[in-house]
Amino acid sequence: MKRVELIDVSKSYDKQVDVISNINVTIEPGEFFVLVGPSGCGKSTMLRMIAGLEEITGGTLKIGEKVANNLSPNKRDLSMVFQNYALYPHLTVQQNITFGLDVKRMKKDEQHKKAKEVAEMLGLTDYLDRKPRELSGGQRQRVALARAIVSETPICLMDEPLSNLDAKLRAHMRSEIRRIQKSLGITMIYVTHDQVEAMTMGDRIMILHEGKIQQIGKPIDIYNYPANPFVATFIGSPPMNLAKAEFHETDKQLIIGSEFKLNVPAEEIGKLPRTSMTIGVRPENLYPTTPETKEEDTFHVEVTNVEILGNETIFSFKLGKEEWMAKWGGQWHIDIGDSLPVHMEFESLSIFDEQSGELIKKTIDYGKYVSNKEVPS
Amino acid sequence: MRMSLLSKIWIYFLLLVTSAFVFFPVLYAFMISFMTGPEIIQGKFFPESINFENYTKVFSRLPLMNYLLNSFIVSASVMLGQLAVCSMAAYAFVFLKFKGRDFIFFLFISTMMIPWEATMIPNVFTIRKLDWFNTYQGLTLPFFALAFGTFLLRQHFLTIPKELHEASQIAGLSRFAFFWRVVLPVSKTSLVTLGAYGFLTTWNMYLWPLLITTNQSVRTVQIGLKQLQSQEIATEWGVVMAGVIVVIIPTLLLLFLGQKQLQKGLSQGALK
Repeated sequence: MKRVELIDVSKSYDKQVDVISNINVTIEPGEFFVLVGPSGCGKSTMLRMIAGLEEITGGTLKIGEKVANNLSPNKRDLSMVFQNYALYPHLTVQQNITFGLDVKRMKKDEQHKKAKEVAEMLGLTDYLDRKPRELSGGQRQRVALARAIVSETPICLMDEPLSNLDAKLRAHMRSEIRRIQKSLGITMIYVTHDQVEAMTMGDRIMILHEGKIQQIGKPIDIYNYPANPFVATFIGSPPMNLAKAEFHETDKQLIIGSEFKLNVPAEEIGKLPRTSMTIGVRPENLYPTTPETKEEDTFHVEVTNVEILGNETIFSFKLGKEEWMAKWGGQWHIDIGDSLPVHMEFESLSIFDEQSGELIKKTIDYGKYVSNKEVPS
Repeated sequence: MRMSLLSKIWIYFLLLVTSAFVFFPVLYAFMISFMTGPEIIQGKFFPESINFENYTKVFSRLPLMNYLLNSFIVSASVMLGQLAVCSMAAYAFVFLKFKGRDFIFFLFISTMMIPWEATMIPNVFTIRKLDWFNTYQGLTLPFFALAFGTFLLRQHFLTIPKELHEASQIAGLSRFAFFWRVVLPVSKTSLVTLGAYGFLTTWNMYLWPLLITTNQSVRTVQIGLKQLQSQEIATEWGVVMAGVIVVIIPTLLLLFLGQKQLQKGLSQGALK
């Protein structure tokens, strides 16, 4: 277990434009830290900088208590799993797993013992004598994992390790990796573009966009309180619905996308900006109307697309130029072209500053507690 | 793919005809090597009887074993030298980053345009100044650096995923260890190809050994064959062909062995 600290780290290829800038983060020992962002946001570059495969052009990288900027990759006490697994094609599974140990001149019988242990942990015992080309994608992935685990380094880096697997296997490996990381207490830095992986695996996640940190935090906090519209649309599926809105002072109403009008509770008025803003609402916070729903909180929308997923129904509609989506639990018989009443609450809105994108108003906490668990005050 | 019997027959017929066409000279040489002088003059294709007289003659007339050994030593050392030099050069061109790498590589490749005969005279002078006439190093050293071989290996090394390099960096492999333990084994196919190519071209080389050797100490078989031909006024073609057959046997052996390796290498799967 080791801490990894990045202080004002930046990266530039041509000494003029920074592709990554102002990275300040401390990754705690034993933490599962996920770097997530769209492709080209610099997350892989950042990981490779930590690994020592790319030069750090600005700032300080600390591994443990040591400054590691100029350490060679093998001196950094870490292991890495690559997206294409990077298995040595001419070596057997056994040799692939023990390759790093062999380089460190560990005794042969000890190598075998360790390889056997790890192979057992990952269910590779029957394949130890095979070459990588004789394995399926999932098995290769596990060999790559075994190679990282067997080195017993305190830090493990993973660069989109699951992106070449099919959906079912991916879900299985997600929990597998998580389980191993917890049981060995490795500090894990995990790069992915898949927000589901980020949400389900990370203790904390960092969202990167265009080389800049957008938000760092616990997955559920990021989901609930996205720091800006980018994070709001990146995390969550379907993404958060966004629209421009203006506050109409005389009516005490919020005009959303110049179509919807939503009453603002008196105590909230002071917090709203006078200028225009961007509001966001999660698809699950657009509800079907009930007899109790007040007329002024109801909007009529025309359905443009419907997806019935069995346990939930997602439909989209147009609001101004934006396409919004709503997610209702259960199966709803909705057809394209239907006009539906939709209920929206002011409490569930996230409001961002139009200019800076800053989160001004958070949505209320929708988290529930099971009855026998004590509610923290 | 399933073929109808008719098209199968047709394809095999074509294959037979073309291979007979290609193989005819070698086959004819093989037949001649068993014939007596008058039989050859008569233009027969099959010898009347198989006798090994020509073979005993060729071995008694020339120090053929000696020549074969020389050829083998020269070809093997050129092969090994080329493999060592080309693979290391290719490694540098692929895995080391330095300024002007691509420019130097293209400069290197452009030497392929210069015919080898054009550089022969300066090379002969160099060898003479070094006093390397009639030595193995004089016969082999000028061929170690091969632009074609470097190109061939570079192309193969380029297909090695860079993650393999990075993974071994993280594992703590030194540059040479990466070259030795990962790059070379992974590129076995190309190394075998280049090795076979280097061995055969050197084995068949005529002009350079002719220029560099003045006595029998390091002379190669190809020169020996030529010697057979002009020793007497009327060339005994049976003897010459017997020599030819002896000389091409190693070539054929190498081709057969190399082909097996090549096929094995080619069927090796990709990484993903």
